[in-house]
Amino acid sequence: MAKPADWTQGVEAILYQSCAACGKPQYFRRGFCAACGATELAEKRASGKGTVYAASIVTRAATPETRAHVPYNIVLVDTAEGFRMMAHGSNDLAIGDRVTARFAPFAGRLVPYFEKVA
Amino acid sequence: MSYITGVGLTSYGKHEGLTSLDLMSKAAELAVADAGLKRAEIDGILCGYSTVSPHIMLATVFAEHFGIRPSYAHAVQVGGATGLAMTMLAHHLVDAGVVKNVLVVGGENRLTGQSRDASIVALAQVGHPDYEVPLGPTVPAYYGLVASRYMHEYGVTEEDLAEFAVLMRAHALTHPGAQFHEPITVADVMTSKPVASPLKLLDCCPVSDGGAAFVISREPTNAARVKVRGCAQAHTHQHVTAAPALSELGAEISIAKAKQAAGVTISDVRYAAVYDSFTITLAMLLEDLGLAKRGEAAARVRSGHFSRDGAMPLNTHGGLLSYGHCGVGGAMAHLVETHLQMTGRAGNRQVRDASVALLHGDGGVLSSHVSMFLERV
Repeated sequence: MAKPADWTQGVEAILYQSCAACGKPQYFRRGFCAACGATELAEKRASGKGTVYAASIVTRAATPETRAHVPYNIVLVDTAEGFRMMAHGSNDLAIGDRVTARFAPFAGRLVPYFEKVA
Repeated sequence: MSYITGVGLTSYGKHEGLTSLDLMSKAAELAVADAGLKRAEIDGILCGYSTVSPHIMLATVFAEHFGIRPSYAHAVQVGGATGLAMTMLAHHLVDAGVVKNVLVVGGENRLTGQSRDASIVALAQVGHPDYEVPLGPTVPAYYGLVASRYMHEYGVTEEDLAEFAVLMRAHALTHPGAQFHEPITVADVMTSKPVASPLKLLDCCPVSDGGAAFVISREPTNAARVKVRGCAQAHTHQHVTAAPALSELGAEISIAKAKQAAGVTISDVRYAAVYDSFTITLAMLLEDLGLAKRGEAAARVRSGHFSRDGAMPLNTHGGLLSYGHCGVGGAMAHLVETHLQMTGRAGNRQVRDASVALLHGDGGVLSSHVSMFLERV
């Protein structure tokens, strides 16, 4: 059965895996649970809600495609589902902000983009 | 038992026209001569990698080029921790009786062999190819993320971080081989071009050409008596997205194991050589290693604690931040300088007492750690 696609394959979705054995969520997709080794994993769709763990605004980019976007904010977000992910965010984000994801074009792709929850 | 019997280091900066092999050879020549050995007496070779000239068998490429037929040879890759990881392996190899004299070598024409953009792109590949790299991060951004969190949790400021750049530059001013020779102030760091917040240009190490090498031997080969007292590693993750909490990073694990292996405590240490790819790296590692209390490393810089004449001289050659960073060779310069200090050969940079030294390397995004204690016997 084909695995569902997420933003890394150009689809507007953030997916994660949940281990049927130990319950641990994992973000980097693989065929087993990195915490316990079990192979029974449920593919789930994340809500896009989370909290900013860290943020860094890039002003020096290294390729013509990314340079067109500076300054852009690289963020680590702790999701409501319990895994951490890297994404883009609005430039005003601060650590601890509660955020929600939409998707934005970046360097010819679609990337998750977090904004503050009003 | 193992001894560091010879060291070699080129100047860092621009070496127009020299290849990675040229720079490795220059440093190796110096190290072998410093050990008082002939090429034929080198029976082991460990080398790092070159991003400019990648090769699947760099150690044998180098061995052939340098004119050695070793009985043990291969490359090692753990990013910025490679130099100390190779030293740790060499220590265990000679200790186990596998070989007698291991040549450890790193060198790269990273500055003139490719464009700065190409270097930045190549290095950013330490990130996850699917979940991180497509977002356009750079190595400064990975460390910028860590810095933002560290500052948030421990109340460290950008001015605090700037102190480390100023200290490394002050040290580099006294070393003719350093890439940078102009003094800088905290204000200069604060007003330097933003790169990846909170890091600015002067918070970041440069890209350099250069080479460094050492010889690790089972028995002393000359008057130098610098012994590897004990060492350890820790690897907690590769990608910053998968990094543990700040309180669970690998430096604390590797230093605890190294202290146990060496039978020493931090209060025994007289000289420190700590990885400093960015100002935040140095600040965090000093605190993780126990060379400063949490959030207090910058205050110790301001009080002169880490200066050449201070209680804990640190990276007296100028570190990656100001001596320069040529890849694998980058942090190997820390060990070369430590050896010169321990053997009383550091000239105008000589510290009063470098009898016991602590070295620490970091690869990736605080992913791979090697801690090592050296002792003059």
